[in-house]
Amino acid sequence: MKWDFIMKYLPLYQKSAVLTVKIGVAGILLSILIGIFCTAAQNFRIPFLRQAANVYVEISRNTPLLIQLFFIYYGLPKIGIRTNAEVCGIAGLAFLGGSYMAEAFRSGIEAVETVQYESAYSLGLSRWQTLRYVVFPQALSICMPAFMANVIFLLKETSVFSAISLMDLMFTAKDLIGLYYQTTESLFLLVIFYLLILLPVSLAGSLLERRLRYAGFGT
Amino acid sequence: MPDLGLEVLFKGKNLMRILGGLGVALKISLISVAISILAGVLVGMLMTWKNPISRAVTRCYLEIVRIMPQMVLLFLVYFGTTRIFGWNLSGELSAVIVFSFWGTAEMADLVRGAIISIPIHQYESAAALGLTGMQTYRYIILPQTVRRLIPLSINLITRMIKTTSLVLMIGVVEVLKVAQQIIEANRMSSPNAAFGVYLTVFLLYFAACWPISMLAGYLEKRWR
Amino acid sequence: MSEKVLEIEHLVKRFDDLTVLNDISLDVHEGEVIVVVGPSGCGKSTLLRCINALEEIQGGEIRLKGEAVSKKSRNLPEIRQKIGMVFQSYELFPHLNVLDNITLAPTKVQKRSREEAAEEALALLSRVGLQEKAGSFPRQLSGGQKQRVAIVRALCMHPEILLFDEVTAALDPEMVREVLDVILGLAEQGKTMIIVTHEMQFARAVADKVIFLDEGVIKEEGDPDQFFDHPKTERAKEFLRTFTFERKHSHS
Repeated sequence: MKWDFIMKYLPLYQKSAVLTVKIGVAGILLSILIGIFCTAAQNFRIPFLRQAANVYVEISRNTPLLIQLFFIYYGLPKIGIRTNAEVCGIAGLAFLGGSYMAEAFRSGIEAVETVQYESAYSLGLSRWQTLRYVVFPQALSICMPAFMANVIFLLKETSVFSAISLMDLMFTAKDLIGLYYQTTESLFLLVIFYLLILLPVSLAGSLLERRLRYAGFGT
Repeated sequence: MPDLGLEVLFKGKNLMRILGGLGVALKISLISVAISILAGVLVGMLMTWKNPISRAVTRCYLEIVRIMPQMVLLFLVYFGTTRIFGWNLSGELSAVIVFSFWGTAEMADLVRGAIISIPIHQYESAAALGLTGMQTYRYIILPQTVRRLIPLSINLITRMIKTTSLVLMIGVVEVLKVAQQIIEANRMSSPNAAFGVYLTVFLLYFAACWPISMLAGYLEKRWR
Repeated sequence: MSEKVLEIEHLVKRFDDLTVLNDISLDVHEGEVIVVVGPSGCGKSTLLRCINALEEIQGGEIRLKGEAVSKKSRNLPEIRQKIGMVFQSYELFPHLNVLDNITLAPTKVQKRSREEAAEEALALLSRVGLQEKAGSFPRQLSGGQKQRVAIVRALCMHPEILLFDEVTAALDPEMVREVLDVILGLAEQGKTMIIVTHEMQFARAVADKVIFLDEGVIKEEGDPDQFFDHPKTERAKEFLRTFTFERKHSHS
């Protein structure tokens, strides 16, 4: 292991890690919004929007992110829709993640039993109050494991961004391997930086899950 | 009607070449799924053992797979082994190794989940009837878990197919690579080929995964 | 006779082709305790669910103090505030502690102050012997305790009428008593109630009037002593016999 090489290229990795995280976080936030929107459309049975959400979920879940990105980045400009690589990365991640988030939220809401709604209604709570005070808090803690798994999944998916020439961690690693043949060091840094990004998220996820399980379940 | 670059597909053997590329992707994913399911069942059973060493090892394995992007694993195996061990693995073999490594962990976790979801009374009544540990697995536990596992393992196939798109990055000539070659070759005659060709690839992946997802969803609902 | 709280007229409830309640008429007066008994599947629980507009009805009318109760009512939440319901499976909200379970509806629906609602909740909790459980979560309570909390939760809304849907059916035998004692106490305070139960001893003790429901119709109604000692219909006799046991001596 050549430590001077590692020290020399550490800042480059830092820069690309920041880019990876930035795009990852932006994409995840957007996918949460899309997920909420789809869940609402499906749950409140809004005509047309509901079908549109269903179609979107199927398409998004059954195609790889890499292909989605290629289509957005290289295909769409040919019909006049131009984006830069960063926007494209965020859009791609959000397009993929939205459906995963929607599925997580939906399964959380479906897990709340009908008789919980009924007991809230029988206390005089309106439909919205029932959702707000009784259903959502329970659904949220039920869907938390799936939600955290999605966050980790989406952060991992950022590793394909190099394909659309985003200077992310993979891009940097591949570049250094190609340029200097310092394969071991480049890969070592790559693994370390992905660990730095994902290990805290994974740990936070398990902690959060444990706390929520403690607060919520086992009636 | 704008030029969507679709005509390229019907030029020469282009469509067949793309389908051939998809074939490569499907082949890699099916081999990996087969290995993952077999190994996953074994590892999953191992994970339910109370032995602290087997627990620690499987736990570590699962965590690595959980947080390392498959892309990073691909790089490690494809570039790393050449450097460290002097092996020269082909891209396809590296892909099968990585996807099986990943798929086994996924499958093992599903198997573990299915096994521990079986109430303890089932083990106790099997023990009360005098069955050994192995017999209990063979006759009582596995048959009950299989139904739950089939839809989930079918789902694993679609995820595997989607993941194979990554092998482009280690130089395997599959769908996306073929698509790039076609677009490149026709840059002059059809400048808009990127739209039509990538759209086709997009739809092909969808066509490969969607029916499998539907089947998994259907079975999950039916066998619940 | 005191004021009518609830009037049910010619109620019909169908699930698709299956008629579950057929032409049920019933008046409940202020302070009256009605016990509904009958074999499983006779429509007892459905009757309570209709009264609380959890089910759509296909015919007839239900009125609470003159106001129509229907799933289509615009002011359904307001009407439901006046009808307290306790479910067989307690249905406490698992993410809220006991006190918050009780004060959720008073504060959010009736817009009462938190302090006032909490004060009343604690007073009611101490009446059922659970004041020290105010901060506990539902999963930390026994079935009997949960059911008593569910009763307090309904009471805290000051309902005109309380509906009990087989509230002891999911409980271990030794916990049945603590819940039934609470309901008996409510009867003594003059609360208006409709109780669906399988506990015949309790039914006899608490009821002002017993309704025997069978195959979706009221087959018999009247004074509890008379119903339990001298049932008029053959169906009621048959039903009551299922609660007595005797050993058949085949050899002498």
